[in-house]
Amino acid sequence: MKKLLTVTALVAGLSMAQVQAKDWNNIRIGVEGAYPPFSSVTPEGELVGFDIDIAKTLCEQMQAKCEFVKQDWDGIIPALLARKYDAIIASMSITEERKKKVAFSDKYYNSPAEFIAPKGSSLVISADGLKGKKIGVQRETIHDKYATEHYPDAEIVRYGTQDEAYLDLQAGRVDALLLDAVAGEDGFLKKPEGANYAFIGEPIQLSEEGAGIAIRKQDTDLVEKFNKAIADIRANGKYDEVAKKYFSFDIYGK
Amino acid sequence: MDFSIIADNWPLYMQGLGLTLQLVALSLVIGFCIALPLALMRQSSIKAVSWFAWGYIYFFRGTPLLVQLFIIYFGLGQWEWLKTTWAWDLFKEAYFCALLSFTLNTAAYSAEIIRGAIAATPHGEVEAAVAYGMSPFKRMFRIILPSAARRALHAYSNEIIFMLHGSSVAGIITLNDLTGVARLVNSRYYSPFEAFLTSGLIYLCVTFAIVAAVKALENRWHAHLRPRTA
Repeated sequence: MKKLLTVTALVAGLSMAQVQAKDWNNIRIGVEGAYPPFSSVTPEGELVGFDIDIAKTLCEQMQAKCEFVKQDWDGIIPALLARKYDAIIASMSITEERKKKVAFSDKYYNSPAEFIAPKGSSLVISADGLKGKKIGVQRETIHDKYATEHYPDAEIVRYGTQDEAYLDLQAGRVDALLLDAVAGEDGFLKKPEGANYAFIGEPIQLSEEGAGIAIRKQDTDLVEKFNKAIADIRANGKYDEVAKKYFSFDIYGK
Repeated sequence: MDFSIIADNWPLYMQGLGLTLQLVALSLVIGFCIALPLALMRQSSIKAVSWFAWGYIYFFRGTPLLVQLFIIYFGLGQWEWLKTTWAWDLFKEAYFCALLSFTLNTAAYSAEIIRGAIAATPHGEVEAAVAYGMSPFKRMFRIILPSAARRALHAYSNEIIFMLHGSSVAGIITLNDLTGVARLVNSRYYSPFEAFLTSGLIYLCVTFAIVAAVKALENRWHAHLRPRTA
């Protein structure tokens, strides 16, 4: 009987500890840090970017203490599931495949995709025009998926980070990149190394749903917390304050 | 655990295995052709020649394969003048860059293995060759190298296996080798365990095949060293 009591007490104690942890006063947030202007690391080692600022604003709104954990894109969902952090704020587009593994908050922005190629490139953006051409994408992003499905005769070259893709475009190893229009403009075209490159074709709206915050499925309370915080900062103008720092247009989308 | 994704992507894994085997086999063959003269140069009594071989071997053994690959792939891509030459047609291809760095790397290791085996040639064998009046050239190719090859075989089988495992860095420069495919499958289904376990098991099978093949060769080549059975 005594043993049973101890066990019961232990279980009660454990579940109490769990309840306390679920107050979400401390949230660890996974970020990528290689996707300017959304997320990058300064030479001093500081994380900066739209994702980072939005994350800080959301945490302020939720009155939670946030800690950032930098994680490469390839392992960003597995690390969430392995509890290395509690939420991913890394410009992650909401897709059906990802929804099988994680839950998403409402979107916090939605930007189109576009092709970048050397200035004066005669590339025609169509299944025929891209036949046999090399298109660089970041591995298993919505851009990778879109290019793989829509340009079956093109060679899709996949990179671990967007920065590596920029390097190979400059080296001439790929004919064009398909990527987020905003990331491409601020992270590459506006920089000195992007001077000889330009957007080609029209912007493509790849995702209806936009980018959201990914959270483990069982943490439904955290999803709700983030949803409320997103709605709050949209309403009280803090979202626009951050967005204005980075973009001259409405990044939130319709 | 859901291994149905592996079944669905099995052809992809087989393509990855093909690329891995091709890269490793080619780099080992070409690397060996460089290693042999390099080992002989290392033994040379001409200082400049032996120092060159020494420098080459110590550069490639002293730096990680991944760093060598990055220097060749991303590093050379920054040189504008290189892009204006015919060589760029080669360096443009990730496959060539991987093959080049693997070849240079394995050449250095193999050269050290061959040099060690040559240095360990029993004195008696060399003396006997001299007594027969063989020229130094003939001595090298008739006596020393065949005998060294037998001694080097075991150490070289390790080099083959290291090369097989080292080739996994090819996935980083966009090639879909066995590891690259695992990364692709992982990022598509977010199932790191299934994706990497599968390529791990395939590497394991190939490693065993190499070990078995070397064992068979040893049995044949080292027949004269086995204790005699009645």
